[in-house]
Amino acid sequence: MCDQTFMAATFGPCDSCSKPSPLMNIYIKNEATNYCSLCVEMMACQGLQKGETLESLKRESETLKKKLEEERNKLNDVELHQVAEKVEVLSALSIKTRRVLKGHGNKVLCMDWCKDKRRMVSSSQDGKVIVWDAFTLNKEHGVPLPCTWVLACAYAPSGCAIACGGLDNKCSVIPLSLDKNENLAAKKKSVAMHTNYVSGCSFTNSDMQLLTSSGDGTCALWDVESGQLLQSFHGHTADVLSLDLAPSETGNTFVSGGCDMKANVWDMRSGQNIQSFESHESDINCVKYYPSGDAFASASDDATCRFYDLRADREVAVYQKDSIIFGASTCDFSLSGRLLFAGYNDYTINVWDVLKGTRATILFGHENRVSRVRVSPDGTALGSASWDSTLRVWA
Amino acid sequence: MTIRNVLRDHGQRYRPRMACLKKAEKVVLEMQDPATGVKLQPQRLVITTIPHAITGEDIVAWLADRFQIDAQEARSFGSMLVALGYIYPIQDHKRLVVKPDASLYRFQTPYFWPTQQWPVEDTDYAIYLAKRNIRKKGILELHEQEQYNRLHKWMNHKWDFIVMQAKEQYRAAKERKKPDRVVFDCQERAYWVVHRPPPGTVSAMDYGLERLIDPNAHEAKTPDDYERIMIFTQQSIMRPRVKSSVSIGALVKYCATYKGHDPFLSKCLPSNPWLTDDVTYWALNMPNVEIPTKMRVERWTFSFGELLSDPRGRDDFRLFLKKEFSGENLAFWEGCEDLKWGTAATMKEKAEQIYKTFLARGAPRWINIDGKTMEITVKGLKHPHRYVLDAAQTHIYMLMKKDSYGRYLKSPVFKETMKKAVCPEEHKFSDSQLEQNARNRRPSLSPIIIRQQEQEQKAKMAASAPVDITQVMSKLSKQGKEAPPRRTSVKND
Repeated sequence: MCDQTFMAATFGPCDSCSKPSPLMNIYIKNEATNYCSLCVEMMACQGLQKGETLESLKRESETLKKKLEEERNKLNDVELHQVAEKVEVLSALSIKTRRVLKGHGNKVLCMDWCKDKRRMVSSSQDGKVIVWDAFTLNKEHGVPLPCTWVLACAYAPSGCAIACGGLDNKCSVIPLSLDKNENLAAKKKSVAMHTNYVSGCSFTNSDMQLLTSSGDGTCALWDVESGQLLQSFHGHTADVLSLDLAPSETGNTFVSGGCDMKANVWDMRSGQNIQSFESHESDINCVKYYPSGDAFASASDDATCRFYDLRADREVAVYQKDSIIFGASTCDFSLSGRLLFAGYNDYTINVWDVLKGTRATILFGHENRVSRVRVSPDGTALGSASWDSTLRVWA
Repeated sequence: MTIRNVLRDHGQRYRPRMACLKKAEKVVLEMQDPATGVKLQPQRLVITTIPHAITGEDIVAWLADRFQIDAQEARSFGSMLVALGYIYPIQDHKRLVVKPDASLYRFQTPYFWPTQQWPVEDTDYAIYLAKRNIRKKGILELHEQEQYNRLHKWMNHKWDFIVMQAKEQYRAAKERKKPDRVVFDCQERAYWVVHRPPPGTVSAMDYGLERLIDPNAHEAKTPDDYERIMIFTQQSIMRPRVKSSVSIGALVKYCATYKGHDPFLSKCLPSNPWLTDDVTYWALNMPNVEIPTKMRVERWTFSFGELLSDPRGRDDFRLFLKKEFSGENLAFWEGCEDLKWGTAATMKEKAEQIYKTFLARGAPRWINIDGKTMEITVKGLKHPHRYVLDAAQTHIYMLMKKDSYGRYLKSPVFKETMKKAVCPEEHKFSDSQLEQNARNRRPSLSPIIIRQQEQEQKAKMAASAPVDITQVMSKLSKQGKEAPPRRTSVKND
């Protein structure tokens, strides 16, 4: 099991105020303690102490950051491409468009696959959310939402509901129904309430919980039935653009990426930020876990995708090329994790060999930015959504 | 003070999101190098010759050579340079693409590059349209005419100024030499095609929604910010980490293990439904199918997590545990999962129920956990929250993983399943068969119906069968879930 957080105490009496609450594991003068989030904040907000100035604090934090880098480098005994030399070269890939889904009238901003491996939900700039059977190209449900720019949509694990949100600052869950005449928009239920646009949403292992990321700089975990906020995640200093849940079955973590160029890993139980990676030079548009849950990739406006190893706690690969100057807006791994599909703002999808760091192939077809790529749950196909108002299925 | 028209400020403030502009500039400067750049040619008009034109094929060839890419990618890259406005087509000026033939293009003058410091203002556009109107009435296209009328209404208060500017520019232009005038007209026209694109065309300047943070603004940090950073960094330093060779080795090994199961790297048996329009692969791999495929069973041997996350694998494991009389471990684990991911309203009751069934002294399905974990759990249950059973759940998970899982893989139950597992033959469709498959695509059962059926089955079981939930689950799995279902009579166990 990769998840190091499972052994940590995440709920109980706070060492400072003794109230039972979610706990953050921090260190005060190298001593491990468990504080509730309020006590941590109070510790941080004590203002300038005697003998401290803003400059001295800045220098102190820089020193600590250097120390962190040193610690990370101590265990850096080999590079990914060195280990990958022994791996056999990929044979030539032949990936073509197998389906083109037309029906949106405007930019398609997001898509998600259903667990049944053939249905998908997509949302667009004009507020329309459509559920398709991508195999037969049938549109099964269409929900017009009152807001424009529906930036996030997700399919529930049971396949019986969808979640969507965007510029309305909310994320709503809509139960799907077989009755064609039923007005699905009327049954829409607002679950998440943020103070700014919702950029990403995902169900956890069941239909009952929803994880959202927002332009207000926070992520949040919600109970769908009651709309109650179960946990909020603070730490980003700018818009959070994307999130992804860890795939391990004891998965208690998720990763988020934002406009502060940081990718943060969070413990869902306590709200604590446990790891942070800051090597991108621009906004991070998308983060996605490696299938084993021990690593993740990020796609950014600086035209690179990067690969981070969570156990070694560092960046292990950068996927870039001279001829790629446009930002990457989305990425996803194939089932084995050997291929990384990344959609770019120059209307192409580049397929990277994750281990060797080279580009395996490039997919043309879309006529505007690729806003989202997702591999189907059984790995048989790649779905892509684009600003040219179509979705494509590649295999 | 002019009111900055923020909505149309396409890339002018050089947002890092348009970082591509600076990179494109570098490439364009290289392309204009007299020694190593793209070959220049003169453009011949009726009597005048205008120098410094380049052909589409030369652009593509130069880019392909410079970046070591194939012609299609070079053409795509070239088209992006045209879409951004660094190169403009001389013929067919409204289509911002690179045609890989003898079509002529020219480099845009830096004055009209998208990264210049001044924003693209409607006032300038109005002056431009007015100027063209003066030169020849009726020359404006339909969309330009509509824009002109709109601007005239909106900018009525300064229309005299605009007309005066337009006349002035028109007069100044007449004083230029003809070649210069033609070139400048082309440049200006290209600039406006990029920044005021005709309706229905794709604009590379469109970068979507503004993000809240302004990357050019420098945010001063407060002492609190530094304190927070330090608390986080301190915690980060103390976190245990692993040697790179170990963790990278594991990542590489994962790829190798799953390579045969990745449809992009190996063949799907019998065939990938998206390639042949035949859904046998999906039918054979339904979540609760009676007889799994060999590939699926092989995946269960990769890790305990794989076995548990596959419903069919979990059922098999449950059967094995029942034979060993240790089914309560898995049942407890499933109860904990239900608690963690379930709805908040019933959380307390669920926690109590699980405690009564599995943990309390003399419980009907008592599980064996060590004293310390039991102590933590009982203490936590005084203030039940969704993660109160985490410690116990992890303990039981590790127990199953380290002990039961290994025995399961050597057990008769598993060997039997492995023996019965199917390995389908690869499909070999002819072209006409493929066409027929494509015509015969059928919709599948909606997940809503499947869930309704499962709920009906569960309700029936609960009504007539004994309370033991594991019996219910294994019965459900034995019936299989291929669609359409036939209503069978409920068998009593």
